[in-house]
Amino acid sequence: MFVQYLDYLRDVATLNFGETITDNRPVIEIVQNHGGATLTLSVAAFAVALLIGLPLGVIAGRLRDTIPDLVIRVFGIVTYAAPVFYWGLLFQLLFSGILGVLPSSGAASPITIFQVEPVTHILLLDAAIAANGDAVLDVLEHLLMPAMTLGLLLSGIFIRLVRVNVLQSLQGDYIEAARARGIKESRVLRSHALRNALVPVVTVIGLQIALLLSGAILTEATFNWPGIGNELVQYINLRDYAAVQGIITMFAVVVVVVSILIDIVNALIDPRVRY
Amino acid sequence: MSTVARRALHRLSSPFRQTTGFARWILLSGLVIVAFFVLVAMLAPWIAPYDFAQTRTDAGERIPKAAPPSAQHWLGTTSFGNYDVFSRVVWGCRTALQVVFTAVLLSLFLGVPLGVVSGFLGGWLDRILVLVMDALYAFPSLLLAIVFSFLLSDQLGGGVISAGVALTVIYVPQYFRVVRNTTVSAREATYVEAARAIGARNHTIMGRYLFGNVIQSVPVIGTLNAADAIGTLAALGFLGIGIQPGDAAEWGYDLQRALPDASAGIWWTGVFPGLAIVLLVTGLTLVGEGLNETMNPTLRRRRLRPFTLPPRGAVAMQAGKGQVDL
Repeated sequence: MFVQYLDYLRDVATLNFGETITDNRPVIEIVQNHGGATLTLSVAAFAVALLIGLPLGVIAGRLRDTIPDLVIRVFGIVTYAAPVFYWGLLFQLLFSGILGVLPSSGAASPITIFQVEPVTHILLLDAAIAANGDAVLDVLEHLLMPAMTLGLLLSGIFIRLVRVNVLQSLQGDYIEAARARGIKESRVLRSHALRNALVPVVTVIGLQIALLLSGAILTEATFNWPGIGNELVQYINLRDYAAVQGIITMFAVVVVVVSILIDIVNALIDPRVRY
Repeated sequence: MSTVARRALHRLSSPFRQTTGFARWILLSGLVIVAFFVLVAMLAPWIAPYDFAQTRTDAGERIPKAAPPSAQHWLGTTSFGNYDVFSRVVWGCRTALQVVFTAVLLSLFLGVPLGVVSGFLGGWLDRILVLVMDALYAFPSLLLAIVFSFLLSDQLGGGVISAGVALTVIYVPQYFRVVRNTTVSAREATYVEAARAIGARNHTIMGRYLFGNVIQSVPVIGTLNAADAIGTLAALGFLGIGIQPGDAAEWGYDLQRALPDASAGIWWTGVFPGLAIVLLVTGLTLVGEGLNETMNPTLRRRRLRPFTLPPRGAVAMQAGKGQVDL
């Protein structure tokens, strides 16, 4: 059994995660075909989370213990308390059920998928390569709701982190010094406080890859988004052990690799960390 | 007897009495919400007008499919298998609390003793346990829960127990880490040395001296984990691998089945189970945060750190009040 395990480890090291039982696809092929969709969703969600989380976190940190701070903190708790698929359901209800302005599921309309040739397996890039304006718009339209859903989940953590770090860096002596030199408050906040506050934020956010993955699986299941998470759920329902094992192992490898990368990036941007 | 009871009550309520201002408000509102849900869960058979899988009224009439909220069905009926939404939400409350209670209790019973023994004895046992627990901790918790409920569902079925055990695996490492680390530092304390000097054996030291001192932070982790567990259980249900629909009503499963309704404009099937999750998780989080602010000495000190803001209004009042209490 130990030898079997070693064999398995060697396979994983060479990116061979096995084959599915139900339809004999190599797991790595699932990653190639569906990884693009998961990546698109994650990047878009990160952008949304940054757009929401960064400003709100700074405001909450700057105006500590005031009404805006309280409101923003409660917002943070609620984004954490509501499961990501509940947000997804509410968005679907509002934007496709009641307003009818956005498509409720999938990554693109059938016509777009039919027209655009898969080159990179990232639908947005493929549509752009094909120079098909309608297709790009269609893909973006489909992307909006899932990205908002997953972004909202991440933004709660962004807010918390940015707030605490802004609070801490505002208490630093160099802030006092900058103010004493007569530098404008907005400048102090932007180039003195914020800059130092963001260093730990980068690290911790990188470590949220686990949360991002869990969130992505749920978001993909909610919007029938053709990513790896959605595939995983389908294979679970088919009780395909080999496929589930392969995909989960792949996820674990991704988490480990990203964590290592984050440590390296952290060493690069923070002169205090030197290995 | 009555003095013992009174003393126990006194100890239990001490975190609440020690709170001030904002923290007390957080703790109190959290407790009210959680108490409400516990009450609903316990009284579910009397509150819910129908059983969770009941498709006909007691008079034998069929419950209509996807009917909007009305006098007979307060929160409407579902579009899948025509159930009464209100009853499903109430029964789901019982399921959620049962699972979470099982999970938190089990992980306490596993994590705390393991942590004390591992931290106190050290050596190779400690190293192996730390390695295993760290590996479990670093793994995305939802994936871990998926794997375990996937494996357990063949052995234990899709009921409350198997969901509880799957969630336990996620939370054991958290208790283990905290308890082990406090044990390692408490092991060198003088009171342990004194106990050893009077000839106390290892298990006496662990059980009598260390145990009471290292479980201080456990209530906080417990409530926060409970909040997290509600979400994870719902996520499992949503993915269709948690509690199976025949066994009990579960909010996450109901949400998944309500998904196609949302784009059709049928709002009552999804909104209410989701709202229940949000409320319960918020309540538990508030209790955890409130406990944390009173029981965690580092946080308590942080709140009292002098403000750089000019003293005005409520902010200054609150800071002042806190300082008096120290």
